[in-house]
Amino acid sequence: MIIPRESVTEEGWGQAIDRLAAGDLTLLGLWGDQPDVYMATFEEKTGDIAVLTYTCTNGTYPSVGARHPPAIRLERTIRDLSGLDAVGSPDSRKWLDHGVWHAPQPLSYAFLPAEGEGLHQIAVGPVHAGIIEPGHFRFTANGEHVVRLEQRLGYTHKGIESLMSGATLDRAAKLAGRTSGDSTVAYAFAFAQAAEAALQVTVPARAVYFRALMAELERLANHFGDIGAICNDASFAVMHAQCGILRERCLRAAVACFGHRLMMDVIVPGGVARDIAADGPAQLHALLAEIRRVFPRLIELYDNTASLQDRTVTTGIVRADYVRQFGAGGYVGRASSRNFDARRVLGYAPYGDLAFEVPVLSAGDVNARVWIRIREVVQSLALIDQILERMPAGEVLTSLESKGEVCEGLALVEAFRGDVLVWLRIGGDGRVARCHLRDASWFQWPLLETAVEGNIVADFPLCNKSFNCSYSGHDL
Amino acid sequence: MRKVLFESLMHGPLTESAPAPDEAALAELAQRVDRAARACLGRSLSIRQVDAGSCNGCELEIHALSNAFYDLERLGLRFVASPRHADVLMVTGPVTKNMREALRRTYDATPDPKWVIALGTCAVDGGIFAGGYACVGGVSDVVPVDLHIRGCPPSPNDILKGLIALLKHVSE
Repeated sequence: MIIPRESVTEEGWGQAIDRLAAGDLTLLGLWGDQPDVYMATFEEKTGDIAVLTYTCTNGTYPSVGARHPPAIRLERTIRDLSGLDAVGSPDSRKWLDHGVWHAPQPLSYAFLPAEGEGLHQIAVGPVHAGIIEPGHFRFTANGEHVVRLEQRLGYTHKGIESLMSGATLDRAAKLAGRTSGDSTVAYAFAFAQAAEAALQVTVPARAVYFRALMAELERLANHFGDIGAICNDASFAVMHAQCGILRERCLRAAVACFGHRLMMDVIVPGGVARDIAADGPAQLHALLAEIRRVFPRLIELYDNTASLQDRTVTTGIVRADYVRQFGAGGYVGRASSRNFDARRVLGYAPYGDLAFEVPVLSAGDVNARVWIRIREVVQSLALIDQILERMPAGEVLTSLESKGEVCEGLALVEAFRGDVLVWLRIGGDGRVARCHLRDASWFQWPLLETAVEGNIVADFPLCNKSFNCSYSGHDL
Repeated sequence: MRKVLFESLMHGPLTESAPAPDEAALAELAQRVDRAARACLGRSLSIRQVDAGSCNGCELEIHALSNAFYDLERLGLRFVASPRHADVLMVTGPVTKNMREALRRTYDATPDPKWVIALGTCAVDGGIFAGGYACVGGVSDVVPVDLHIRGCPPSPNDILKGLIALLKHVSE
């Protein structure tokens, strides 16, 4: 999308904060680029996306987080990465910067206090017990009950945005595709869309359909993985094994069609790098048939197993007002009444031409987040049917010409866990001048802290897995 | 549940035969593994996975090793929850500076004899993330590495080949 960017004064910046705090606007992103801060917002009433820029004076800008808490971690990140300071911010601690980028010894980190009789702390991570990404969870518990969870993230910070600055579009697309490996298709999709919007390039229709095909395959594979893994955290191994088989079948279809199990680097600015293998459509039809044969029985198994339901129903409830305030996307938002799906709201190609439903539930518990995934699996199957049926013929890649001047583009793409925002400025030399990537996890991680409160420690893995936030996507 | 279990029994295993060991991996290990260690461990290894800043792509494929198609445990290999229970550290990622200390401590917490596998292109030399202010650049810059398994991410079959080479060495 080409989003006109508006430069605002302190007054305009303040008005935007007013509208965020009042709930008229949803925060889509907040990032820095010396000497400016950028704010992307979404207005539900009109469906409009807007980008504002405020030029800092003496490296400071009025804090958004002071009145709109979803911005707090974003502002801490801006200070760590761009050196711009939010005046009036309620949290002055560093976030992604652990104090070791330029110094040998880490800084100490002050966790927020929880006071009361009989409280004890449990420190978990950054190296976790399972095969999971690194992060630190500090629980304060009273017996079995969690009184407070505080996350400390940033362990996987690779400096992706800094590596992107000055990179060619090809290299930057590869970096975007490695921001969160489980969403590599969605990131490459969003990056390509942003680049094409900036350069005003139209992508061949066949490539657009392949992009959606891969995005839905990625969604299927991840949802199967998640549904199985959530059940596994309640020690229900049959579901884990069965869903693992379906996930593996998706990845095998992906490698047969596009040459890579996770479909990395297939979507490139200008289209897709390769056409589907000759027997690809047949492989996909076989995959869909197999899923449709097996999955209904697994849903029934999930739904009829009381011991499993006992763990997932009413566990880890996320409040609907928090979800709205934070603009939490994906199954986290849709399980708590927030009817937002970038494919539907923006209708980016080819989704505007395809029929699908966006499931929304209101219970907000682990069970609801499982059910959103189950229903989305069904929708993705129907989408792949339509995509295969309507696949246009023709080329799959168009060349991108540098415009010889600075240009900007923005994209919002629905990954399996929620909307990914990419904002891109391309320089006159055709290289990336600045790229900001915002994972859906930014607005989901803080809600996990709220969801766990009052639950027992043993249910944390279930809550956490039902969110399945990205560490790498968040840490950049 | 009975239906699902019954069908699983009837259609036979999905598990595929294990791939041949990777020759290059065998050669790399030949220089590293010492005979006494092989005698202690027998044909069984416990693996502790450490994500040192990967994009999480490698973790997805490591997870896949436990699915019905690859069934890692049949080979005597299993993932454990603590480095103190582990013979092998399987490290992914370009080793972010924010994870360097945690990786070092995890290594120190793993009892001898131990092996380190650097898994994925990033773990070899930082891969696409090399050169930035935030990454060290390769697992071997922080802890000694015995085996590299390349790929972005390596497929479960590639990982299995490397692990089987390691097992073969340990039990020879």
